[in-house]
Amino acid sequence: MRVLAALSGGVDSAVAVARAVDAGHDVVGVHLALNAHPESFRTGSRGCCSLEDSRDARRVADVLDIPFYVWDFADRFRDEVVAEFVAEYAAGRTPNPCVRCNERIKFVALLERALALDFDAVCTGHYARLVDGRHGPELHRAVDPAKDQSYVLAVLTPDQLSHVLFPLGGSVKADVRAEAAQRGLLVADKPDSHDICFIADGDTRGFLERRMGLRPGVVVDEAGTELARHDGAWGVTVGQRHGLGVDTPSLDGRPRYVLSIEPVTRTVTMGPRELLSVQEIACGAATWCGPALSGRSRGLVQWRAHGEAQAATVGVDHVGRLSAWLDAPAEAVAPGQTMVVYDGSRVVGSATVSATRAAPRAVPSGAR
Amino acid sequence: MHYLDHAATTPMLPEAMAAVQAELGLVGNPSSVHAAGRRARRVVEESRETVAAAFGARPSEVVFTSGGTEADNLAVKGLYWARRAGDPRRVRILTSAVEHHAVLDPVQWLADHEGAVVEFLPVDGLGRVDPADLRRRIAQDPDGVALVSVMWANSEVGTVQPVGECAAVAHEFGVPLHTDAVQAGGQLPVDFVASGADALTLSAHKLGGPLGVGALLVGKTTDVTPVLHGGGQEREIRSGTLVAPSVAGFAAASAVVARDRAPQAERLSSLRDRLVSGILERVPDAVYNGDPASDPTRRLPGNAHLSFPGCEGDSLLLLLDAHDIACSTGSACSAGVAQPSHVLLAMGATPLVARSSLRFSLGHDSSEADVEALLAVIGPVVQRARSAAAVAEVRVR
Repeated sequence: MRVLAALSGGVDSAVAVARAVDAGHDVVGVHLALNAHPESFRTGSRGCCSLEDSRDARRVADVLDIPFYVWDFADRFRDEVVAEFVAEYAAGRTPNPCVRCNERIKFVALLERALALDFDAVCTGHYARLVDGRHGPELHRAVDPAKDQSYVLAVLTPDQLSHVLFPLGGSVKADVRAEAAQRGLLVADKPDSHDICFIADGDTRGFLERRMGLRPGVVVDEAGTELARHDGAWGVTVGQRHGLGVDTPSLDGRPRYVLSIEPVTRTVTMGPRELLSVQEIACGAATWCGPALSGRSRGLVQWRAHGEAQAATVGVDHVGRLSAWLDAPAEAVAPGQTMVVYDGSRVVGSATVSATRAAPRAVPSGAR
Repeated sequence: MHYLDHAATTPMLPEAMAAVQAELGLVGNPSSVHAAGRRARRVVEESRETVAAAFGARPSEVVFTSGGTEADNLAVKGLYWARRAGDPRRVRILTSAVEHHAVLDPVQWLADHEGAVVEFLPVDGLGRVDPADLRRRIAQDPDGVALVSVMWANSEVGTVQPVGECAAVAHEFGVPLHTDAVQAGGQLPVDFVASGADALTLSAHKLGGPLGVGALLVGKTTDVTPVLHGGGQEREIRSGTLVAPSVAGFAAASAVVARDRAPQAERLSSLRDRLVSGILERVPDAVYNGDPASDPTRRLPGNAHLSFPGCEGDSLLLLLDAHDIACSTGSACSAGVAQPSHVLLAMGATPLVARSSLRFSLGHDSSEADVEALLAVIGPVVQRARSAAAVAEVRVR
């Protein structure tokens, strides 16, 4: 196969592309430049997209003796990932930019360009497994639970999955590092990337404040009584306890948590922990990684990249919207998060959370 | 491989390799007084005479440097400092908008740190500056001008500048002119004295010599403040131990270039014209950038620069690379992201057109087979790059 390998400059994509070369594929490496001004990104080696990462990616390609190019996706990344990240927070929701990047950039912009340039597949260093199933390729969790990235890949369609390679899904991270060292790849000891790659200093609130400006509002308790005023609820997420100037507990001594963010009046409601309890999660239209669900079925749902999957009844309404009724109540599910449905280790599909309810309505019987 | 990127670097000539190899095993610092030093110094001084003869300069006017970038920095900063030391009003630098970054960036640095006032000379659609425009601009405040820098031939689109006329204009006002002749040195009859330039940049590896050596030709009476201080070599303009093997290789290449210049220019011009007409036959809407004249007094003989509307230069490069054809999209930043060329933008191209451009550059070992190999694949390659760009367009909408 002709394979286009995305090289971030980190250890995972380096080993992934090395394995693709070993597998006999005709591999070309490409580094995605996601920022027009890379010097404003983190200059250390823990994120992606810095000049240093670009050089590290090039060195990996040199060592593996494959062609290497840098492709400029900065405009699309800014428009489709960063701008939406800011807009979602401004709308009182909690976005996951990594999901959006996979959905719009890596497996759409990059994959489509690769296919148009006569490549057969795109290879990345994501930790997830592709398994041949009855209905085509199935996306499964990685064998390393600590590194499993199937959650952020749950936006891929069957067609996209048939044109990707994830060579690391069957490995644990420690082995990948050891293999990088054994192969003489100098990125073997590079720290893992985490946080959000386009927020260099990790200060999400400051990043949003610079882009959104002052957006004053009030913080109220569950009865509507004003507790404090804020200059802007930048990056505030349901379930958050600190950072709004309301660290004093309620009269009965219990700590307060963010229950909701109302974007128009910019009112943040805080209250006791039990009010975070959620049993029904309503989402928008689903993206299916394989055959679409319809009606009602049993499954596991997960709404954070590194959260625990919870047993639930999952339903799809007549316009394709996904809902989940959790077997046991859970805490702090925020609108804007991506809810992923699993069947065992297999990723079934995903949708964006639109609303949550504490007490379930009656679970609708039968499929519609 | 079909190497069509001679403007980036051209293979070393056998004569240059032999000269470098002959020196590599020998000991001697050209500044030493003993026999070993004298032997090395003789090699350096003979090389200086050869380079001077090849480019119409006096031997004493050749200042060896580590290459074109250093020579450009020395010329721009050295002339600026020396001129300003003579009269503090002299802070204006007039330079073309299409210079190489080795000129543009030192000029910008002087503006940021040394109080220089920079004025960019506009170019016409072919990439050429207008000497009359230069005269008007200098005349606005002649006493305030520190220097003029106008390249001999453009590295991207190959346009030859009216350097002699610009030098004459600058001299009407007593202003020195520097010219970056890095691309011209290997292909055009560069004559330093005849051009009237006060300083001229050469790079060895662009003309068949080794990497890491070049020269600034500096007129005998031209005052240049050094950038590197130390042992006082090279008229105290450029300190540092002279690298005898590299200098010998530079000289050997210069001699070959001077000897073969006229027939080589004729051969490369016709090969280039074949390349361009062949591409235009196969891709009728491709645009030939720069001066369409075949005449080496107007365009570098080995240069072809074309835009392929509807394509990304990146995609074209990847597809041609896969066919073992090496060419270039033009200027690249340190992260390797292709920026739209400042040269094409200055010539009036839109960023989209600039991004769709490729430079093919021929040199001493280019053959008809190289050109035919490109022509055999360019049609399908452009078609495929267009379909890739069309996919992106649809998604953006």
